[in-house]
Parts: sequence; structure tokens; C-alpha cells
Amino acid sequence: MKRLFLVFTLFGLLLTFGAPALADAHCMDALGCVEVGPDDPIVIGAMLSVSGATSFYGEDSRGGVELAILGRDGMLLGRDIEFVVEDSLCSAEGGQAAAQRMAADESIVGIIGTTCSGAAQGALPIISEAGMLMISPSNTSPSLTNDDRDAGGTYLPGYFRTAHNDLFQGALGARFAVEVLKTGSLATIHDGDPYTEGLAVVMANTFAGLNGEVVFQGAVSKGDTDMSAILTEIAASGPDIVYFPVFVPESEFIASQLVNTPGLEEALMMTADGSFSATFAQNTGDAAVGIYMTGPHVSGDAYDAFIATWKEEIDEAGPPSGFHAHAYDGANLLMDAVEAVAEEMDDGTLVIGRQALRDALSSVEAYDGLTGSLTCQASSPYAGDCATGDALAVFSITEAEVAEGNWPPPIVWTPSMASGG
Amino acid sequence: MLQMFKWKTGEFSWVDFTIDVLRILIVLAIVVGSWNTLSEGRISFAQWVNLFIAGLSQGSIYALIALGYTLVYGILLMINFAHGEVFMAGAFSTVFLAEALNRTGFLNQSPVLAILLMILFAGLVSMTVAILLERIAYRPLRGSPRLVPLITAIGASFFLQYTFRGLYGSGFKAYPQVKILQGVFQVGSINIPKVQIFVFISALVLMFALYWLVERSRIGKAMRAVSENKEVARLMGIDIDWVILFTFGVGGFLAGSAGVINGMFRPQGVNFFMGFIPGIKAFTAAVLGGIGNIPGAMLGGLFLGVIEAIGPNLVLAGLGIPGANQLKDVIAFTMLVLVLIFRPQGILGERLSEKKA
Repeated sequence: MKRLFLVFTLFGLLLTFGAPALADAHCMDALGCVEVGPDDPIVIGAMLSVSGATSFYGEDSRGGVELAILGRDGMLLGRDIEFVVEDSLCSAEGGQAAAQRMAADESIVGIIGTTCSGAAQGALPIISEAGMLMISPSNTSPSLTNDDRDAGGTYLPGYFRTAHNDLFQGALGARFAVEVLKTGSLATIHDGDPYTEGLAVVMANTFAGLNGEVVFQGAVSKGDTDMSAILTEIAASGPDIVYFPVFVPESEFIASQLVNTPGLEEALMMTADGSFSATFAQNTGDAAVGIYMTGPHVSGDAYDAFIATWKEEIDEAGPPSGFHAHAYDGANLLMDAVEAVAEEMDDGTLVIGRQALRDALSSVEAYDGLTGSLTCQASSPYAGDCATGDALAVFSITEAEVAEGNWPPPIVWTPSMASGG
Repeated sequence: MLQMFKWKTGEFSWVDFTIDVLRILIVLAIVVGSWNTLSEGRISFAQWVNLFIAGLSQGSIYALIALGYTLVYGILLMINFAHGEVFMAGAFSTVFLAEALNRTGFLNQSPVLAILLMILFAGLVSMTVAILLERIAYRPLRGSPRLVPLITAIGASFFLQYTFRGLYGSGFKAYPQVKILQGVFQVGSINIPKVQIFVFISALVLMFALYWLVERSRIGKAMRAVSENKEVARLMGIDIDWVILFTFGVGGFLAGSAGVINGMFRPQGVNFFMGFIPGIKAFTAAVLGGIGNIPGAMLGGLFLGVIEAIGPNLVLAGLGIPGANQLKDVIAFTMLVLVLIFRPQGILGERLSEKKA
């Protein structure tokens, strides 16, 4: 009996310590490694909002990643690339669920996502804990790259993004409102999402810092169609400009009802990239003319070629939103990092260190992407921010967008004009 | 009064006591909130009237959808949770017709005819969807435990959403503006948007048509008979399956027309997901009014619309609650909870025990 016990104990010890040691013989990485067998594909994950009301953002980003993979003929280091998409919805719960499924799959080298900042807050703790990394093409909430917990920061290692931080976007909007439009009083509306709330707060703070007066800060909820109650309340405060960085279609409802609200006929309107949708102007109708909008601004020959490929490969109509180029850049950063880090063993197995992958991404400097020059920063409040905020602009919607469906609208201001005075 | 406070009469019970305390607190909150807001005077009388009328219009759309819930409940005692999607089917399909009519200029040349055409089209689409739903998803389950069709309805709702996403894509669309409905009517110092008058009147017309159908027509008599007692109705020679199908069809037609009326009122936000929230609100309205009761659904819808429009500014803002307008849905669903606590049968509803529960 005693001997049997000894045998079991030894066997147990061997299983506990010996087996992982055997398997990880090649892996020197602090967070462990992804091992890709000689005939296995390299797996790239994505957590995107591909169902529900915000699914067009997810489809926009998914197309960007697919074109990046296609740009390498679907091959990386001589292996096929497998692309796995999980639906992260646009909520913390959705992000959490998608992240759990991603973390359970050890073959995934890295993840593109999430679409919404709210989903990232649910997903990031799980992804970070699993030693994985995520590169978001469209999260813009400042809290995600801030590690100061007292200030509401939620940054954790393993988080990167190619989308601009809203500290840039909100400040750009506020400076434009004060310096160019010469407005003196501001009302903001958000919808409770960390992204929209963050943007409204940055806008209000910057506006107040530039000696403007913030007269109303309120919120609606997602799915509202009748905005008359909040608009009546805003009319009572009489702002020069109303800022509503919410998503479509709520922003469309706000804009079209605002112009008919007694007391707000003269108020200027500004929204942000949550409404940067090719159909925003047409859906809003005549009320859209004159709305200012901050949003991603990508241009150049490489981008034109990208759009041409999109129309050929994915959809005649072109991308449905403005973050496809960010997703394309994110996927390329990830694939470049895998190429740089992977080591091939004698038996043909690829060993990719997870910490090494994170380090490779953190050290990205002056990468020439579709969205401009990308440099991934390491310190809060920009920890994991790869975009510099230069790929942003203020747009102004005109008759042509409403009547003829032209998109994107003409640019009236850019960060370089801001720094130039 | 003494009867209301049962615990004072000697039969003390903690449940009654808690409910009474709750009652007093709620009345207090409403009175204090309204008093604060009104004494502050930030919002003028004309603005209150505008909010009220906007609420009536929104409410009449809820009411049209709520009728579908109530009709089906009245006859089958089941909640058709896919009814929001029936509304979406009509609204989403008709947006393409509306765009085409707008492009050819017909929409603004003869708006009355064009809107009638759109309502008819949306009604037929929604009716088809509702009938197929009944035939394929619900009829095979008739007679099974009541939870089964309920779960099926939720499944059918997802199925419809993603079918329509597959058909028309995931982007947002909007109804074109009809020129004749733009602008306002001036009554004294109050400006009433024309479109809101249109919404209210067309909803009233549809509701009266339904009332006539149920109370005066032959098929309406059959519907009432089936609702009263299916077995006896069958013995009287009524084709029950056909009557049930017809009921779904009528509910579907109303939902589809609500889709177009809603499109005139709030043109944006047309996509495959648009039926979800109106569906839940209309269900709330149907329960508020007393589910299974037709005038109840109409009243419940109007009541809910007005409460939603006025409640946040009147009560919540007055109590100093920040982000009052974000809590609009909270008001709507709190109303539902209050009704369930104080008057489970709804405003006009009959007690369930009188029917076979």
C-alpha cells in the first residue's frame, strides 16, 4: 500500500512539474509561448462587434484585417493564416464573453479588437491575464491607455490601439469650437458608453480651459429615438454649440430634432467619429447641413489602392465606416511582430513568445501605415497608443453630402492647422 | 382611506405595510420632483405642451404595436415576443419603396397617395411575416406548455433580425422627408409640428378601424368567440386555425403601418435591430393597459409615450437626479413594475382568474 502511494506521488509530481517542462523546452518567454506545429496555420483572432446595431463598425474592421491578410497572400512565415472572429458586441459583457473564448484558444498569437471601448473594458483584464495581446482599430476612450486607477484608468499590459486617443479628438473639437467658431457656451450629450462619455468630458474640460462656459452636460441612452425631452432642457440653457459624440442612429435623431426645437434654431452642432458613417448625412436630411464632425482622416495613394482592393474583394459600395485602415495597420503590426519574434525549431515547430510579441509591438517606431506614422508609446496616459492623433480632422457637412451622398465631407480644419495657429 | 391602509384596521401585515410605504414614497417623489421643477420655471408652458404632444405621437406608435401583442394574447394567451420584428420587417422593407418614390418625385407630388401606398405595402409585408410566423413557429406548438411558445418567440425574433440583416445589410437607413409634413401649425403661442398631428390622426384612424373590425364585423365576432372559448367556438363551426391566422395577420398589418408612421415621425434609425426597443415598449404598454384588452393597449401606449416624454424633465430633474434623460427607459419600466404591484390586471384589464389562466 505504501509503495503504491509512493508510485502515485512520483507520477503526480512528474505530471505537475515534468510535463510542462518537457513541452516548454524551447520556450524562454516570461508569459509562455504559442507553438505552431509544422503543418498548422498561424491563428489571428478578432473580437469585433459583428452583430447588433453597431455591426457595421465590426464589418468595417473585419474587412481591413482580411485585406491585410490578403496582402500577404494569406501566408505568414510559410504558414497559412487562419482568421477567427468572435462577436464582442458593443458592451462590457460582450467583450468579456469574447475574451474568454479567445483566452481559451492557445493557438491564437494576437487579437484585433475590440470595436467599442465599452467592450474593451470587459475584455482587457482577461486578455492581459492570459498573456495575450489585443490591438484595437477603433477604441478611442482615454481610460484604456491610462493606468491611473484613481482617474478611472483601465490600462493593462497587452493593450495596443491604432485608433486615435480621444484626448486628441476631444481637444481638437474644443479648440475648433473656441478658436475658429468663436463659440462661448457649450452643451454636451453622451449616451453612457465610456467612449461617448469620455469624449464629452474631454471636450467640456478643454472648452472650459479655453475660457468657454459649459452650460449643460447630459445624457440619453442607446436606442432612444425621441430626443425632445433632453433638447427642451438644453434649449433652456441656451448654448452656442451642442456637442453630441454619440453613435448613429442616436446622433441622427438628435440632429434632425434639434433644428426643430424652439430656442435651438441658431445653435451650432458638432459630433464625432461615432457618427462617422457614410449614411449619416443622408439619413439626417437637411438638418445635417452645417454640422461639424471630428473623425479619422486617412489619405494618400496607398489608401486609394486599399479602397480599390476593398471594392474589388469585399463590397462594391466601399467600407461602411472609418476604421478599416486602422484595422489594416493593426493586423500588419501584429503580423510583422510575429515575423520578428517567431523562432523555428529543428522539427519545424514555430515558437512565438508572448512577452516577446508585446515587446515587439511596444517598440514599434515610425511605422509607415495607411493611417500615417505609427509609434507605440509606453507611458500613461498614452500607454499602448500607437496613433499620434495626426490622422484626425474636423469635417463640415454640406449640401453635397445630404443630396448626393458624397462621403467623406470636406475638411475644414486639421491638427497641423491647429499647431500652425 | 382606512380600507387602503389595511394595517390600521388591525390586520397588520408587513407586506401590506411595505407596499403602503412604497406607495407614499412614490407619490411624495412625484409631487416633490414636479413641484421643484415647476417652481424653478426653466421650461416654459409652451415647451411642456410640445413635450406632451410629442409624447402622444410616440405613444400612438407604441399603441399600434401594442395592439398586436394584445390581440394575440387575447386569443392564444401567449406573448408573441417576435412582434417587434414584425414591425421591423414592414418598416425596413418599405424604406426602399419610400426611397424609390422619393427619387421619382411621386412622394412629394401626391403625398397622400404615396403614404397610403407605403402603409399598404408595409402592412402587407408585416402581415406576411406574422402569418408565416404563426404557421411555421407557433401552430405546431399549440397545446404545449406555455413556456415553449414563449421561448420559440424569442428564437423567432433573432431569426427574423438576422434574416433581414442578410437581406438588406447592417447599415442604417432613413425615410425621406415628405415636404407636406414639414413645418408647424401655430395655435396661439404653441407650435405643433405637422408630422405629429399626422401621426396621431393616422394612428387613431387605424385604431378605430380595428375596433370596428373586432366589434362589428363577422370575423371580429369569430375572433371574440375564439378568445372566449376555443372548444365551444369550434363546435359552433368556426374555423379556429383560420381565425388565429387572421388575428396574427391583423396584428402584423397594424405593426407594419406603425413602421411607416414611425418612419414619417422619426425617419432615422431604420435597420434590422430597430424593432427591439419599440417591441419591448409596446409590450410594456400592452401590460400597462391590461393585456388582452384592445382599448387598454391604446390607452397604455398613449400613457407610456406621454410619461416618457414628460417624466424625466418633470420628476427626475426636479429631484436633482443627474442625467435625467438617460433614465427615460427607467421611467417606462418603473411604470410597468408599479402597475404590476398595484394593479396586476393593468389599467383596463380584467382579472386573469376570470379567464382560464
